[in-house]
Amino acid sequence: MKNLLEHMGVEPERLHFSWISSAESTKFVDVATKVTESVKSLESKEKKFVKTKPKVA
Amino acid sequence: MKSYTDKIKEIAKRLLKEDKVDMVIGYRKGTVPLMHQPFFATSEGEVDSFVWDSNCGLNLANYITDRKERIGIVATGCNSRNIAVHVVEGKIQRDQLYIIGIPCQGMVDRHKLAAMAEGNIASVEEDEDKGTITISGQGFSKSVDKAEVLQENCSICVHRNPVLCDELVADEVTEQTREQADPYARVREIEAMSPDDKWAHFDDLLSDCIRCYACRNACPLCYCPQCFVDESNPQWVGKSVDPTDIRTFHLLRAYHCAGRCTDCGACVRSCPVGINVRDFTKKLEKDCLELYGWEAGLNTEQRPPLDTYKPEDPEDFIK
Repeated sequence: MKNLLEHMGVEPERLHFSWISSAESTKFVDVATKVTESVKSLESKEKKFVKTKPKVA
Repeated sequence: MKSYTDKIKEIAKRLLKEDKVDMVIGYRKGTVPLMHQPFFATSEGEVDSFVWDSNCGLNLANYITDRKERIGIVATGCNSRNIAVHVVEGKIQRDQLYIIGIPCQGMVDRHKLAAMAEGNIASVEEDEDKGTITISGQGFSKSVDKAEVLQENCSICVHRNPVLCDELVADEVTEQTREQADPYARVREIEAMSPDDKWAHFDDLLSDCIRCYACRNACPLCYCPQCFVDESNPQWVGKSVDPTDIRTFHLLRAYHCAGRCTDCGACVRSCPVGINVRDFTKKLEKDCLELYGWEAGLNTEQRPPLDTYKPEDPEDFIK
């Protein structure tokens, strides 16, 4: 999945996979911080897989 | 391809006469040029409609899903691999099938020919000895080498002979080696782009998509009773032609084919606007080969890689 998304042009910095147990709160904080940092560090600010057009009925 | 056609008819007649099968699935001439139709012959009299030439690009494995009859089926390399995938996935029993194997010499790309024509193509002739295709219509006639107008997936094919069959219609053709065919050249081209260029490439590729789902319908792998795109509760993906919805559809459809796609090209052939859907599936095929050493449909025993777990499966993407 990661490979195909990257192939389609989603930056690797936006894609993170992690196993976190419900008991691993510190790991969760670590991962969440890393994810936000790596996304913020991206040069391209273009939103991907976000619908910008208004919904039509 | 007259020799192939005659042999198909001969075998089909024999199978029906000896009551070995209830029907034989092959191709007959389509109502428009370059598009042969699937045809089910249930009696000896119908067998004469069968044809074989370079316009038999639809995948017949699509028509055997969950069938209960005994079936004779015409199958090239890729078609036979899809039949094997069906057997592995329990959509048909091997002993229900009598596979008439075709050593395949590739199909012509109808989109390429249409682009060459100066008007609508009214008829297509194939000269087997010279290896040329002649297209003609009102006020024009043009001959081209078949090699030049082959479907891309056929020109890079490394499994032209059927992987499983009960009888061949001719001697096997020579296979291209991976080095000769270089099947992943185009995937590497895209891989070399920057993320923004990749994004733009797929935006451009999908800009014409009208969400007709012809690619899904032509695909032998897409046999779910209800497709995720048709469900409304829950609704997995938007149904509009918004670029995000289109991209989501193509991403998910391709992913459903991961480790199962044989690169038969039916999706591209059936696309009315000529989108190269294979830009998605070919990447997954390459990944499966590199990560799991897997090629779909080469035998009827082994489960596909995404269906099984092995301790040595790559997992370096999980942090």
